[in-house]
Amino acid sequence: MIAKRIIPCLDVKEGKVVKGTNFVGLRELGDPVEMAARYSEAGADEIIFLDISATNEGRQTMVDIVRETATNVFVPFTVGGGVRSIDDVNRLLKAGADKVGMNSAAVKNPELITESSERFGAQCTVVAIDAKRVGDKWHVMTHGGSKDTGIDALEWAKEAEARGAGELLLTSVDTDGVKDGFDLSLTEAVVRAVRIPVIASGGVGQPEHFPEVFNQTDVSAGLAASIFHENTFTMKQVKDSCIQQGVNVREA
Amino acid sequence: MIAIVDYGMGNVASVKTAFQNLGYQVTITDDIEELQHASHIILPGVGSFKAAVEEIRQRQLLEALQQLATEKPFLGICLGMQLLFERGYENGESDGLAIIPGTVEQIETDYLLPHIGWNQLQVALDDDEWNQFEGNHVYFVHTYQAVSESKYLVATTDYGTTIPAIVQKGNVYGMQFHPEKSSEVGVQLLKKFMELTT
Repeated sequence: MIAKRIIPCLDVKEGKVVKGTNFVGLRELGDPVEMAARYSEAGADEIIFLDISATNEGRQTMVDIVRETATNVFVPFTVGGGVRSIDDVNRLLKAGADKVGMNSAAVKNPELITESSERFGAQCTVVAIDAKRVGDKWHVMTHGGSKDTGIDALEWAKEAEARGAGELLLTSVDTDGVKDGFDLSLTEAVVRAVRIPVIASGGVGQPEHFPEVFNQTDVSAGLAASIFHENTFTMKQVKDSCIQQGVNVREA
Repeated sequence: MIAIVDYGMGNVASVKTAFQNLGYQVTITDDIEELQHASHIILPGVGSFKAAVEEIRQRQLLEALQQLATEKPFLGICLGMQLLFERGYENGESDGLAIIPGTVEQIETDYLLPHIGWNQLQVALDDDEWNQFEGNHVYFVHTYQAVSESKYLVATTDYGTTIPAIVQKGNVYGMQFHPEKSSEVGVQLLKKFMELTT
């Protein structure tokens, strides 16, 4: 049986892993390649780098990080953040990324999904969706969750799938940073809307939040950032918690 | 010297490093002479079956690879494993390398496609060399699978249907998953391939 995946996310700014996504009071945590290698050895099923660099130099540095990661980390890794064009996708895949995540650029130009999927395959085309509850629906948010596009998140998920996305990285803007668990209703709604794997993101504060989302929805993977940094919780604690709750995971 | 066939389909840095970490010398090449001098041939690949075959033909490697597979230990990884078979049906029908009898068809399952993630090996042979890998998780990412005779199956995985995970015919092996992305288990599988063929 296929295992549920636990994925640590590393926010990378100008070549360093940083803590905090609100761009205020960012703190450097370390070297991305070293941290990715450490997580993979600890049992991470995959690694996601989110490039939040503001400069071209920073984005170029990300390509170097990808190249180095490809020769040091033996689990799959995805790179997202700042992917604007098919050339960006190509550059990151060439450098050794297994998958590339696209977010705002895909909302602005959905053809980017189609092009990436046709040229490089669905398996490396990940569409990241930031969603926020608005009334009885969820809207797609861009610009780090600050701008409401008015687009229905479930419709957008379906369109991403139809255009050839191989996977969706779904972040709940409502639960992100709250540390009270994944957004179960959003996750379940999106999982039911599509037939491709979905990665849930946003809201993890305790290891138990992983088995909760796996037992209450059919989501394929869960992502967390802060609980893994600074050894708040280990990968093993998360996986043990999953095993105790009857979730099939690859043992750490 | 291990030679990884370079035909422009996917990044092979991790495959190269994985073998290097095991202590082998590795080259990445599409030069036929260099391939002929290698001890082992690794055929990697990410992308579509049809595009891969076209790329191999364009580089005039098709017959060379077929010949090398009769002479040397040969390992196809992911798409590289699929290419070992006679025919593929991704983006229309196209001929493969026809080294192992069988075809490559879309996975028929009630589960989600692509088949992405860590799935468990079920060893099909009663063989001490492979039994140690029973139940181990390896990383898959694919939508098409080999359809072949059971005598070529070393291990399978269950995804609502039985998917060939490791195949073998003589000195030619194929792994549908990515050993170079399968952490320590993947490294051990590459090591096993080298031990069995060296």
